Amino acid sequence: MSELDLSVNLCGVRLPNPTVLASGILGLTHKVMVRVAKSGAGAVTTKSISRAPRDGYHSPVVLQWNGGLINAVGLSNPGVEVMIEEIRAAKEKLAPLGVPIIASIFADTIYDFGAIARYVSDARPDLIEVNISCPNIDDEYSRMFAGDPYVSAQVTHRVKRSTDLPVLVKLSPNVTDIVKIALAVEEAGADGITAVNSLGPGLILDVESCRPVLAHGTGGISGPALRPIAVRCVRDICRAVKIPVLAVGGVTTGRDVVEMLLVGATAVGIGSAVALRGSEVFATVCRELETYMTNHGYENLDAFRGRATAIAF
Amino acid sequence: MTINFPRPARIRQITQESRLVRTFVLDTAMPGAEPGQFVMLWLPGVDEKPMSVAVPAPLTLTVTRIGPFSTALHQAREGTQVGVRGPYGHGFTLEPDRPALLVAGGCGVPPIYFLACRAVERGVSVTVALGAQRAGDMVYDDRFRDLGVELLLATDDGSLGHQGYVTDLAAQRARQFPQPPTIYACGPEPMLAALLRLCQQQGWAGQFSVERYIKCGFGICGQCALDGLLVCQDGPVLTVEQLARAQDFGRFSRSATGRRMPIR
Repeated sequence: MSELDLSVNLCGVRLPNPTVLASGILGLTHKVMVRVAKSGAGAVTTKSISRAPRDGYHSPVVLQWNGGLINAVGLSNPGVEVMIEEIRAAKEKLAPLGVPIIASIFADTIYDFGAIARYVSDARPDLIEVNISCPNIDDEYSRMFAGDPYVSAQVTHRVKRSTDLPVLVKLSPNVTDIVKIALAVEEAGADGITAVNSLGPGLILDVESCRPVLAHGTGGISGPALRPIAVRCVRDICRAVKIPVLAVGGVTTGRDVVEMLLVGATAVGIGSAVALRGSEVFATVCRELETYMTNHGYENLDAFRGRATAIAF
Repeated sequence: MTINFPRPARIRQITQESRLVRTFVLDTAMPGAEPGQFVMLWLPGVDEKPMSVAVPAPLTLTVTRIGPFSTALHQAREGTQVGVRGPYGHGFTLEPDRPALLVAGGCGVPPIYFLACRAVERGVSVTVALGAQRAGDMVYDDRFRDLGVELLLATDDGSLGHQGYVTDLAAQRARQFPQPPTIYACGPEPMLAALLRLCQQQGWAGQFSVERYIKCGFGICGQCALDGLLVCQDGPVLTVEQLARAQDFGRFSRSATGRRMPIR
């Protein structure tokens, strides 16, 4: 199977395989990110980084239900000053492995998105992912940025002016027309789109105490329950835009990666599946992907990427 | 529902162990739990924290009052509803062929008690060394006596047992064993760091239960990172070899934000 080429080009950055550690999962420290890369991920994404440190919400912050996960972590992170050191340390170890690192950033104002992009760029991550779509902080920041095409474009524009690194903008499935927002960020200069963030927010109660099980109350839904929605979003976006799409949402098996590639994704994020299949999920999924490729006589991912978009449905 | 979801339970019995320590017996069990594993204990509307299992059935947790969560838990009454999920993590592995020396300090006693019970069940003879600041802070010593294990006590002020550190007492006893022992330990990190140095100097084996800020408990959030290890999944019980490679062990913990904080 060694003749199979799983590599992808994401906004000019080479990934040895299409699987990407999604933001929010294990992306806090350089040693753990390096461990994930060594276990087979094609790229790793940091937890979302803010200017100031954030404790996040009280626990429980993430729980599992039969459709996947529900989480409201509250964007806990030690702040950009600490995280750029983690990125630098990670990059030193990841570069020899050929595994790029994506810095996820978020802010509470359009202006601050630019400031943090500039700050993070000092550490030279391979890409920047702009998280404008966390569903859990409406109560802090009024509405999420990704709900409005004009605001999404403004954030994109501001970040692009603040960095020379390729920029992915992460969109939310919780909108009426995701294509309109995708087109707006493409127009504003995004190099790629990450689709999608978690769904919801949703609510799960403890029926004995009559309280929400998450300390925050509501939380984003991810995992298998999100996947069909993410596939539809990715298909719609890929049909409309020319920039590459990093598809995220419930991908758990090689078959799920194939599905995302068939609707046009360039690379595929994996997050909640780490809870289901451990950190070996990246290598496992790649083996499953190779089996599919062998069965169909495909030698690389371009051989079948976007194949489903050519079929009218 | 999976293990990663809190199961409702009620507090059936509360025992005051010492000024700051209470034991809570729940009306549920963790039948598969191994010594050293932990559960996430949820107080609805308050918070959720990792707690080492002292007894798996009925699930028994012994909690020291140190912060807002444990203070709220200490205010709970018999009948109070909580939630539990788990068991989580990698526990102790009894090595039956080597003398077993179990060392616990402060709030590290419960998992060591569970391990001692398991050893007695399996017919493995163990020596237990417990440390506390004063006689009034010593907990579980009567329970260990009931198990019939060799018991050594140390207090900082000498009000009970040996005066001085439990690590010194343990080292003294360990040197008398006919074979190199395995040290099984849980307690404050400076105590564990001292035991790590001892094991390295003497060539003894060791398994230590390590504490970190745990949020998810099932290896996805990365909050409990100790170098490249996830304390919630690779730990909480880690070997001397693993800990010797972890540069942060004994030196840095992590806050709620994930920032490294010096251990005092």
